[in-house]
Amino acid sequence: MSLGPEDVHKIASLSRLAVDGQQLDEMTDNLSRILEFVEQLQAIDTNNVPPMAHPLGDVPLRLRDDLADAHIDRERWQEQAPDTAEGFYRVPKVIE
Amino acid sequence: MNTPDIAALAAQLTAGEISSVELTRHYLDRIEANNARLNALVHVCPDTALEQAAASDARRARGEAGTLDGIPLVHKDLFCTDGLPTTCASNILRNFVAPYDATVVARLKAAGMVLLGKANMDEFAMGSSNENSVFGATKNPWDTTRVCGGSSGGSACAVAAGLAPVATGTDTGGSIRQPAALCGVTGIKPTYGRVSRYGMIAFASSLDQGGVLARSAADAALVLQAMAGIDPADSTSVDLPVPDYPAHLSSSLDGLRVGVIEEFFDQGLEAPVADSVRAAITALESLGAQCVPLSLPMIGRAVPTYYVVSSAECSSNLSRFDGVRFGHRCEDPKNLTDLYTRSRAEGFGAEVQRRILTGTYVLSAGYYDAYYLKAQRVRRLISDDFRAAFEQVDVLAGPTTPAPAFKLGERNDDPVSMYLSDIYTVAASLAGLPAMSVPCAQVDGLPVGLQLIGRHFEEAGLLRTGYALQSATDWHRATPESSS
Repeated sequence: MSLGPEDVHKIASLSRLAVDGQQLDEMTDNLSRILEFVEQLQAIDTNNVPPMAHPLGDVPLRLRDDLADAHIDRERWQEQAPDTAEGFYRVPKVIE
Repeated sequence: MNTPDIAALAAQLTAGEISSVELTRHYLDRIEANNARLNALVHVCPDTALEQAAASDARRARGEAGTLDGIPLVHKDLFCTDGLPTTCASNILRNFVAPYDATVVARLKAAGMVLLGKANMDEFAMGSSNENSVFGATKNPWDTTRVCGGSSGGSACAVAAGLAPVATGTDTGGSIRQPAALCGVTGIKPTYGRVSRYGMIAFASSLDQGGVLARSAADAALVLQAMAGIDPADSTSVDLPVPDYPAHLSSSLDGLRVGVIEEFFDQGLEAPVADSVRAAITALESLGAQCVPLSLPMIGRAVPTYYVVSSAECSSNLSRFDGVRFGHRCEDPKNLTDLYTRSRAEGFGAEVQRRILTGTYVLSAGYYDAYYLKAQRVRRLISDDFRAAFEQVDVLAGPTTPAPAFKLGERNDDPVSMYLSDIYTVAASLAGLPAMSVPCAQVDGLPVGLQLIGRHFEEAGLLRTGYALQSATDWHRATPESSS
């Protein structure tokens, strides 16, 4: 499976990653090599083999009681944010 | 006193021959003297370490200290540490200070351990050489022109070079075992779900598991004991009692059935490594184990399966880094999309971007069935191979890596050649099995690791096997010359 720069451009946009210029060519080459490498999986017969989503097999996940518990307070978390105001996160204007 | 084990240090602390403050100063001095050369730690916290050590000495004076109390350690820099930098060796988290402790960090703190600092790693744990760190590569203490392995390379180097008696690490596809092998230390990745992932910054959630890099199986047993067990904050942590690992150690392997994975001795394995690993298996036999060759036919497909599954999970997990709530934000974003795409492009290194793109591709419309679901089906076949093998034997054995540490820069041009460094480690990760690397030889002055894989939740059997080998051999006591 070989990719072109157009494909990588599209994947990059889905991934919200700005990839351009020389980087785009490099990534196109890298990703093509990686996909070529994983292509060998297609030769394996997996008819009637269900996908395995959990590494311990088909174990159910535990659910906790639906009750509020201890949490980290907002002010402490927002110290890590690039830009906040009045307890909110600030981003460029979204609605014109 | 550069390389004593934890039991010996604990005995000295108990006897009052040394204080935790003195012990902590010793390791801080070693870090000061060696870290510039090795680049094993990315953040050192002498003030809080000495405070913690003094508090430990006070507890001991009151008769309240347990075995690990006052023993220093380092955490891989993807465990959140309250009030300390937690960077994942990434530019996107370069200024991040965690506002809480990971469960692993909290438990070892509660056991009285003293945090010396945070260990270097491949960015977001993606890599096999520690060269993908925004802080630069960690060097192998046995030969500083070579890699220390990855992604828990800083942890492995710190323990091997005597900068810390023990370190935490995480393993997604070999990230504890491979650097442990290349640096000559003992590293255990527990069963998926044995150790809480809360506060462990996620790479691939169905594979990530925290563990220990130590000087011996006995030390790993002590620290794993304190880390393991169910955690209400991680719904994938498993509600099973944690055995008393140190109590299960035994120097006899009578009755143990060991399967030698034949596929691992293929043409890809360097001959001197093959010979060393075969010799270690003979040593297990002389300790009472019965060793038989075993075949796991699908194991050769583990690396491509792993790269599809882990990249898919990575692309999903790393979407949280958006330049809004924490981490790096680009200058003067034109609009919200520009903010996301430039913050992420500036924040993530090349390998992390490759994995995100690969993961997005294999999950995208039209390719999901052909790549992602296909890989999850092959994953089941690989897991079934292990299930069948463990009906015949208790432990599987083979090499941890195909070769000793390679040169820095040697595999940077081709991502696939780097991925093949993990050829023997990823299968156990896909099947969620506990696995361990113990030093078993040296080839041209470079350490070689024996890999042991066990049934789900049978870490005790691995630790026992490693301990028995280490009762009969001295490879785990070898120390790089410059660090002695």
